[in-house]
Amino acid sequence: MVSTSDAKRIVIEPVTRVEGHGKVTILLDEANRVQQARLHIVEFRGFERFIQGRPYWEVPVLVQRLCGICPVSHHLCAAKAVDRLVGGESLTPTAEKMRRLMHYGQFFQSHTLHFFHLCSPDLLFGFDSDPALRNVVGVIQKHPDLAKQAVMMRKFGQEVIKVTAGKKIHGTGAIPGGINKNLSIEERDALLNDMDQMLQWSRGALRIARDYTLQHLEEVRDFGSFESNHLSIVRADGALDIYDGGLRAIDADGNRIFDHVGNQAYLEQIAEEVKSWSYMKFPFIRSLGPEDGWYRVGPLARINTCDFIDTPEADGARKEFMALTEGKPNHITMAYHWARMIETLHAAEKIRDLLNDPDLQGEDLVVKGEKRREAVGIIEAPRGTLFHHYRINENDQVVMANLIVSTTSNNEPMNRAVRKVAEQHISGNAEITEGMLNHVEVAIRAYDPCLSCATHALGRMPLTVELVDHEGKVIDRRAKD
Amino acid sequence: MSQSVMFMIDGVQVEGRAGQSILEAAGEAGVYIPRLCYKEGLSPHGSCRVCTVMVNGRPMSACTSPISLGMIVENDSPRVAQLRRDLIEMLFVAGNHFCMFCEKSGDCELQALAYRFGITAPKYPYMFPKREVDASHPDIFIDRNRCILCGRCVRASKELDGKNVFQFVGRSAEKRIAVNGEALADTDAAVTDAAADACPVGAILKKGVGYVVPVGKREYDDKPIGSDIEAKRPAAGS
Ligand code: SF4
Ligand code: FES
Repeated sequence: MVSTSDAKRIVIEPVTRVEGHGKVTILLDEANRVQQARLHIVEFRGFERFIQGRPYWEVPVLVQRLCGICPVSHHLCAAKAVDRLVGGESLTPTAEKMRRLMHYGQFFQSHTLHFFHLCSPDLLFGFDSDPALRNVVGVIQKHPDLAKQAVMMRKFGQEVIKVTAGKKIHGTGAIPGGINKNLSIEERDALLNDMDQMLQWSRGALRIARDYTLQHLEEVRDFGSFESNHLSIVRADGALDIYDGGLRAIDADGNRIFDHVGNQAYLEQIAEEVKSWSYMKFPFIRSLGPEDGWYRVGPLARINTCDFIDTPEADGARKEFMALTEGKPNHITMAYHWARMIETLHAAEKIRDLLNDPDLQGEDLVVKGEKRREAVGIIEAPRGTLFHHYRINENDQVVMANLIVSTTSNNEPMNRAVRKVAEQHISGNAEITEGMLNHVEVAIRAYDPCLSCATHALGRMPLTVELVDHEGKVIDRRAKD
Repeated sequence: MSQSVMFMIDGVQVEGRAGQSILEAAGEAGVYIPRLCYKEGLSPHGSCRVCTVMVNGRPMSACTSPISLGMIVENDSPRVAQLRRDLIEMLFVAGNHFCMFCEKSGDCELQALAYRFGITAPKYPYMFPKREVDASHPDIFIDRNRCILCGRCVRASKELDGKNVFQFVGRSAEKRIAVNGEALADTDAAVTDAAADACPVGAILKKGVGYVVPVGKREYDDKPIGSDIEAKRPAAGS
């Protein structure tokens, strides 16, 4: 066994991001064999302390400060918990549909941004291709149509958020027990104008993701892949539902571990483990224990766990997706992209259906009932299941908050992916190239963790990679920005 | 009918009534003088100084200074604007004003003034004071982080509600708004009190209201503070 003192350490360190920051360390021995590969994410838990003492009705707006990437998910998840605190969890049709519209808008823009800006360079040009080309600028030069679509699709999603939340970012739409506005006819018609185009582009993006996976099946089948459990919420009838539903977990063969677990009872099924080397917690399914109970969340998990999708085009795409693994769960890390684009088309279909629903012009916006002191909200964020748990005192002040964000749930899976790719593509090579390190990033990016998707990076993941010997001396350094 | 008094604001002849303050007389003529501690229906306090104008070349608070015949008032000038901007910026850094999640956002007079004066980020360092909240009352929430010590609640409680719920304690940096009891729940404060509606910022709030007014429909979303007063101004040349 090679001890740490004989080993070299590679550190891949992305810049500080909104939700925390992360780095990859790969420990090599003298022959450049991978001894250990880990993704460290410094999670921002200051929020849970900051929120102490704040009044509960402030939480859905305040909590959006957690994340500049998908604030709507936090907004709605907190709102669902706060609904229960005011006894208003049975929303009026207008309120629930407005919130859903907001959420589908968020999915649409978040998934589009991730796919086109962050991942398409790898898929279009290859993981090893010239890094000077392998970025969003390269996409603009080589595929100007796609680049334009990306911008327009993102903008459309943001417009949906604006008309439901009041602002494109950090709006106020969801309030305890409901929503603060309905959709005006003008707002509706402006969006309907672009709807067909959005559907068409979503179909195109789905084709790119599917074709990529099928054409590179040999390459991606094993790339950072491994068997795992999957978790998401599903509707009572088993349909994919990103806004509301019971928790379902399946094992690697697709057997149900638990099903339709009420949101308030999540703690009976899920626990969080602390590990000495990471600030981030590792959630796991209680009945399986910390060793085997880790699970994946996000697009791949959702397509795996649901029984069907309630919009026809996305369901057709889901069937094709599931056929690849003969109906068993798909464990291919790179298939996250395909699943993500199925969801993008689903979001577009849902937005279309909602825009045509007259309930959105309803006037009945808020319900309230008997107050409670404790509540849990669970929602599917673009990156996976999101849990918000609050307790308040008799004066309406928050005294306890616990959040499990999707990146935390995907912590163990991402670590496995990093380890696997490092073994597959780095281990034993005399020289570590940029392309090899990019393979590690490609695997992390498939999960769309918050740490790597900040928009400021414009499709690049700025990295400092250092080879450090056991005395801490930097013997090689590779920087990418 | 009280006696008419003619005076000048920014080179324009204005007619007021004897006994009016500069701020009131100007307001009736459609000239907006920014204000924070002044609220119609309450006695003037003269503490925030945001209404400062130059009277015959000397700075005076417009809410407490009466008009007089032939008085020359400078209101809309670069040097007066700079002075007010500095005062507003100081109010921002002296408290903990997080507009991004404050439910008063869009309806807040301090924020609206900052927008009117084009302030995006204050030039002074934030002081991040430690301030207490009082959530004890079933219907009213006090967040001292946002208090600008304007005293409107103090006067509203006394003058309009006939109560004495709020008062100031302490001096200078230690000065803060206090309640007549251990906590607000021990006082006779009621959510229907004028004092519960008097606060220009988000320091005294009615519980559970939150963000019920959507973005776009809030008081200052589409028109700067003071527009209602300026709308009274007769069109030029008429
Ligand atoms: S609580 Fe509001 S009204 Fe009272 S002094 Fe403070 S800012 Fe003024
Ligand atoms: S409004 Fe005149 S001093 Fe405050």
